[in-house]
Amino acid sequence: MAGYFNELFSGTKSLAIGLRITIKEFVKPVVTLQYPHESLVMTPRYRGHIELVGDPETGEPKCIACGMCQKACPSGCITVKGEKREGVKGKVLTVYQLDFTKCSLCGQCVESCRPAAIDFSHDYNLASTRKEDFIFDLVKRLKDKS
Amino acid sequence: MNEIIRLVIYLVAIIAFAALNAAYLVWVERKGAGHIQRRIGPKEVGPYGLLQPLADGAKLMSKQVLIPKGVDVPLFMLAPILAMVPAIMSFVTIPFSETLVARDINIGLLMIFAFASVNIMALLLGGWASRNKYAVISATRAVSQNVSYEIPMLITVITIVMITGSMNLNEIVMQQTNILKWHIWPWTGNFLGPVTFLVFFTCCLAETNRAPFDLGEAESELIAGFHTEYAGMGFGMFFMGEYANIVISCSLITILFLGGWQCPFGLFPGIHWFLIKLYALCWTFVWIRWTYPRTTLWGLLNLSWKYLIPISLVNLILTAGLLKVM
Repeated sequence: MAGYFNELFSGTKSLAIGLRITIKEFVKPVVTLQYPHESLVMTPRYRGHIELVGDPETGEPKCIACGMCQKACPSGCITVKGEKREGVKGKVLTVYQLDFTKCSLCGQCVESCRPAAIDFSHDYNLASTRKEDFIFDLVKRLKDKS
Repeated sequence: MNEIIRLVIYLVAIIAFAALNAAYLVWVERKGAGHIQRRIGPKEVGPYGLLQPLADGAKLMSKQVLIPKGVDVPLFMLAPILAMVPAIMSFVTIPFSETLVARDINIGLLMIFAFASVNIMALLLGGWASRNKYAVISATRAVSQNVSYEIPMLITVITIVMITGSMNLNEIVMQQTNILKWHIWPWTGNFLGPVTFLVFFTCCLAETNRAPFDLGEAESELIAGFHTEYAGMGFGMFFMGEYANIVISCSLITILFLGGWQCPFGLFPGIHWFLIKLYALCWTFVWIRWTYPRTTLWGLLNLSWKYLIPISLVNLILTAGLLKVM
């Protein structure tokens, strides 16, 4: 009989404690982020799709069009083309295309790049209904940026 | 002629009140759930998401009324209506203020409980006619739950009726002129007054199939429960009936225990006091729902048969004795 009443009282007490906790949480400020309206700043080490790194002085790409990244890419999503020009030492980059539909973000290309001419971008709002939107022209992207 | 106009106005007003409350209780529910879990809840449609219930209603109404193969069509169509009608009928005897009551009848309390038991019939029919095993399991659960909780509920109501000596809801309210005369206090007729209130409140939660007693709608086990096969407004009617029942339950608690439209301090009684108490109770229902997890079936039935029924019986005998002695 004592157990009966003990259970009744301890049960009621625990219910009251539960109610107190939820009402406390109710008046606290919300912790969720209203995503499309506000978003967090991406952390500096976030590894998004790759982008070209520009020379800090001229703004031209540091890329020497050696094609190591193209060779390193396991998915074959990088296309690099360069040409020889008069009076310029080495090759000049003309085309750098990333097919992001195939990219698995492994980062092999960045590791293989000797002059550190490619890096991870911080873009993550990548959504589209068209496939063509994911074929990035990275040379143009760098130009738009600078 | 005047009487007919009065009735029509009351009818329209009651249906509008029931529908509006059902719609906006959903909003309160979702906002409450959100903030208890430290989210915002609906916010996109209108300011603070206030138009969300209307958008939901429009969406439900524009959906096709789907009748699956093999269902018992007349019963299948009847069940949602049967879920909504008793809830609206019960509003007829609720005194919103001293004069604002559609029909001030002497057996108002009895009438509400008579209609409340029709509601469970709707759930059973809906589940049965659906030809879906989950719906049937859900319906039987809901019925066993309602049967076992109606007993302590009615016993506590008898306690109140013994104290007040009346089944007229307006008269019960009139006896509770200020906060000290509310029936929740130990000195109004029975020193177990607060227990009576708690038992009645628990039974109301169970009767309206609300969490933590929402076994009939245990999604993880039974899909959606008795309304699994209903689409569009069929589901909408069940939903509205459920929320209208919550409003009825809260009105009853207000009237029986918290002095209805009477002011706690004896000043300016009226509909505003009724609504304040009503919505405070509705909020408590929401608050409870988002606090407790769902009970098990045996836990639910144990609570009724091992705790609520014995306690309410003791309460009843005690009240009878005390009334005789004093």
